[in-house]
Amino acid sequence: MEFLADIASLTNSTLRISTPLIFAAMAGIFAERSGVIDFSLEGKMLMAAFVAAVGSYFFGNPWVGLLMAIVACVSLSMLHGFASVTHKGDQVVSCVAINILIIGLTTALAAAWFGQAGLTPTLTDDQRFLEITLPFADALRDVPIIGLIYSDILSGHYIFVYLAYISVPIVYWVVFKTSFGLRVRAVGENPSAVDTAGINVFAMRYKALAINGVLIAFAGAHLSTAVNANFFREMSAGRGYLALAAMIFGKWHPKTALVACLLFGFTDALQIRLQGVELPTIGTIPVQLIQAVPYVLTVVLLAGFVGKAIAPNAIGQPYIKER
Amino acid sequence: MVSPILELSNINKSFGHVHANKDINLTIKKGTIHGIIGENGAGKSTLMSIVYGLYQADSGKIKVSGKEINLKSPRDSIENGIGMVHQHFMLVENFTVLENIVLGFEGELIFGKNLKKAKTDLKNLCDTYNLNVDLDSIISDLSVGFRQRVEILKSLYRGAEVFILDEPTGVLTPQEVDELFKILRSLKEEGKTIVLITHKLNEIMDLTSEVSVMRQGEVVGHTKTENTNREKLAEMMVGRSVLLRINKSKVERGDVVFKVENLTVKDDLDVTRVKNVNLEIHAGEILGLAGVTGNGQTELLEALSGIRKVESGEIYLNDEKISDNLGLLNPRELKEKGLAHVPEDRQRMGLVTDFKAYENLIFGYHDQEPYSKSSIMKENQILDYSKKVMEEYDVRPRSPNLMTSNFSGGNQQKLILSRELNENPKILLVGQPTRGVDIGAIEFIHQRLIDMRDKGAAILLVSVELEEVLSLSDRIVVMFDGNIVGERVNKDVTDRELGLLMAGVA
Repeated sequence: MEFLADIASLTNSTLRISTPLIFAAMAGIFAERSGVIDFSLEGKMLMAAFVAAVGSYFFGNPWVGLLMAIVACVSLSMLHGFASVTHKGDQVVSCVAINILIIGLTTALAAAWFGQAGLTPTLTDDQRFLEITLPFADALRDVPIIGLIYSDILSGHYIFVYLAYISVPIVYWVVFKTSFGLRVRAVGENPSAVDTAGINVFAMRYKALAINGVLIAFAGAHLSTAVNANFFREMSAGRGYLALAAMIFGKWHPKTALVACLLFGFTDALQIRLQGVELPTIGTIPVQLIQAVPYVLTVVLLAGFVGKAIAPNAIGQPYIKER
Repeated sequence: MVSPILELSNINKSFGHVHANKDINLTIKKGTIHGIIGENGAGKSTLMSIVYGLYQADSGKIKVSGKEINLKSPRDSIENGIGMVHQHFMLVENFTVLENIVLGFEGELIFGKNLKKAKTDLKNLCDTYNLNVDLDSIISDLSVGFRQRVEILKSLYRGAEVFILDEPTGVLTPQEVDELFKILRSLKEEGKTIVLITHKLNEIMDLTSEVSVMRQGEVVGHTKTENTNREKLAEMMVGRSVLLRINKSKVERGDVVFKVENLTVKDDLDVTRVKNVNLEIHAGEILGLAGVTGNGQTELLEALSGIRKVESGEIYLNDEKISDNLGLLNPRELKEKGLAHVPEDRQRMGLVTDFKAYENLIFGYHDQEPYSKSSIMKENQILDYSKKVMEEYDVRPRSPNLMTSNFSGGNQQKLILSRELNENPKILLVGQPTRGVDIGAIEFIHQRLIDMRDKGAAILLVSVELEEVLSLSDRIVVMFDGNIVGERVNKDVTDRELGLLMAGVA
C-alpha cells in the first residue's frame, strides 16, 4: 500500500509542478503559431508572479492580483510585438531584452516598495489562492482505487492546476477548430497568403500575442499567489525556457506539448522524491545530480527526438511586403 | 461596344528612385482575355499588385464597372470582384485545399455550417469549370498545376469577376499549360474577365483578344490581338531606340578558349532551365548572349561560373575539363584557372554591400599577395591599391573606406569590374553589366570590356539589353526557353531579326 501511496503522491506533485509549464507552453503555442518567437515566456512569468503578489498584497484580493498580472503580461507581449512585428526587429533580441529587464525591474521595485531586494511581503490566506477540496473528496477517501485517484490525486489542488488542464482542450479547439485559429496558423506559415486574403498580418500577430500574455500571467500568479505566498527573486527559475522546450518537443501542438510538460513535471517530482532516498545497490544519489535530471532530460529530448519537429514556416521572420 | 470592367487612369508608383509605373492608362473590357506583355521589370506585376490592393498607387484612379474605388488592401479588391493568381502561389503549404480557400472568408468563428456549405459550393464550382481538385488534400502533396487551380478556385469562391494571372505558365509543364488555357477559356465563356500578364508572345497570340505592351514602367502600345503579330509585339516589347555602337577595332580572333558541350542545368525548383546548350568562345572575342529574361541565361551563367550544379554536359577551359555533373571545380579553383565572373545580381552575388569599398575591391583575392602575407591582411597595401584602382576606374566618390552600399549602381559595378579585370582573366563571364547603371558609366564599362577583348580575353556577355549585345559582341547567340535558337555574326544582323529569335518565332 505504501507503494501505491507513493505513486499517488508522485502523480499529485506532477500535476501541480506541470501547471506553470502548461500555461507557458500554451502561451508559447499562440505566439509561435502566429510566427513570433517567444523566448520571453520566462520574463513574463516572472513579471506576472511579481505583479500578482504585489496586487494581491495591496488590494487584499488574489483575483485583483491575477488581473493586474494579466495586464502586465499583455503589455509586455505588446512591447514584444511593437519591437518585432511593427518595427521588424529581431524577435530573439526583443525577448532577451524583456527577460533581462524583468529580472532587474522586479528586484528593484521590490526593494523600493518593501525594502527587501527581490522579496515581497508574505501574503495572508485571504490574499492568496488556496487549495480546493473537490466535493465528496473526504467521503470517498477510503474507497479503494477511486478514493486514491479522486481524493489523493485529483482533489486538493490550487485553482490554477485545474485551469491549466482545462486550458489545453480550449487552446486545441481555438487553434484548430475556429476561423481565428486558422488565421493564426496561416499567418505563421505564410503571411503573404494571409495578406492577399485581405487580412491584416500585423493585427493577427498582435492578437495572438495578447492571448499569449493572458495565458502566461496565470503561470506567474500560480507561482506567487498559490504555491508560494510571496514573490522572491527569479522565482520562475527557468520554467519559461523549460515550457518552450516542451512546446518544441510537442511540435507546437497543445496535446503533445501537454505530454511534454507532464514529462518534465514528472522528472521534477521524481527528483524531489528521490532526494535523500537510498536506492538499492546505488546508495544515496547526490542531490545535485538528481536536480540536474529534468535539465539533462530536456537536452536529450530536444537533441534526440525533436529532429523531425517542423516549426511554423514563417517563424522568426518579420513580415515585409516585397521591396 | 463592350463596357469596360476595369479602368486605370494615370497610375504612378515609385519605389525609392525607381519609377515602376509611369502614367499608366489601361482599359479592360468585360468578358475578354486581356494580355499585358513586357519584359521582366517592365512594371507589369507592380501595376497588377496595385489593382489587387497590395501596393497603393502614388497617384491615379481605378474604376471597376464605372465606379471609382479606393483600394487600401486586398480586401477592398476582393470585395470589388478582383481576384489574383500570383506568380508565387499564396497558399499555406500544410493546410488543406479547403482551409486555404476559406481563409479570410470563413463566415463564422466556429467551423460548422458554413464550412459544409463552402464545401458544397466549391464542389459545384469545380464541376462547372472542370477543375477536378480534391478539397481535402494538403497543398504540399499537390503538383504545381493543381496548386494553381486551387488559386483560381479561391478567386472564384470569393466572387471574382476579374482574374489577374501573373506569369501563370512560368512554372508549368506544357501539358499543364494546355489544361490551364482550357480553364481560362471556360472562365471567359462564363463571362469572367481575365488579365494575363506574361512575357511570352505565344500565349498572347493563343489566348487574348486585346493586348497592352509595357516597357520600362510605361504602356507603350495597345491593340486588338487580331491586328498584330508576334513580330510587331516583339519590337514593341524590346524597344528600338538608337544603338550606340561603340568604336571597335577589328581583332583577329584566336583559338577556342572556352567550350561548353551539351550542358543541361536545373533551377532551384528542379525545372530544367538550360537544355543541351553548346557554346564556343574564342580568344579576343566577345560572344553576346541575347534573350528575354528568364529563358535560362541566369542558370547558364551560374553553372559556367561554378555556382550552380551541372546536370549533364561538360565545360572546358583551354581543352581542360573544368566541370561536369560530378562537380569538379569550385568557383575559387576556376578563378585560379583564369576564369572571372561579373554576376548578374551585383548586390547579392557580386558584392558584400555591408563591406567597405576596399574590402570588396580585393574580396576573393584578399588572402593572396600582395594584399596578404601569412594570413594577415596588409591594410596599407590594400588601401594604396584601392586608391589607385578607384582612380583608374573613375569610381566616385574615391573613398576606399566608404560602405559599398553607399555607392551608386554604376560605381558598385566598377568596383566589381576592376576586381575581376585586374586579374587578367582568360575567360570573362559578364551578366547584365549595365543594369541600373547611368549612361556615363555604361560607356566606361563597355569600353573596358572592349579593351579586355583587344588584349585577347574571351568574353561571354549575357544581357537582356539588345542594344548592348549588338554594340559589343562579335558574335551573337540567342537563348529561348533554355535552348540556343540562333547564332549570328554581328556585322550582318538586325535588331529585328534578333527580336524574332528572342521571341522564339524564327
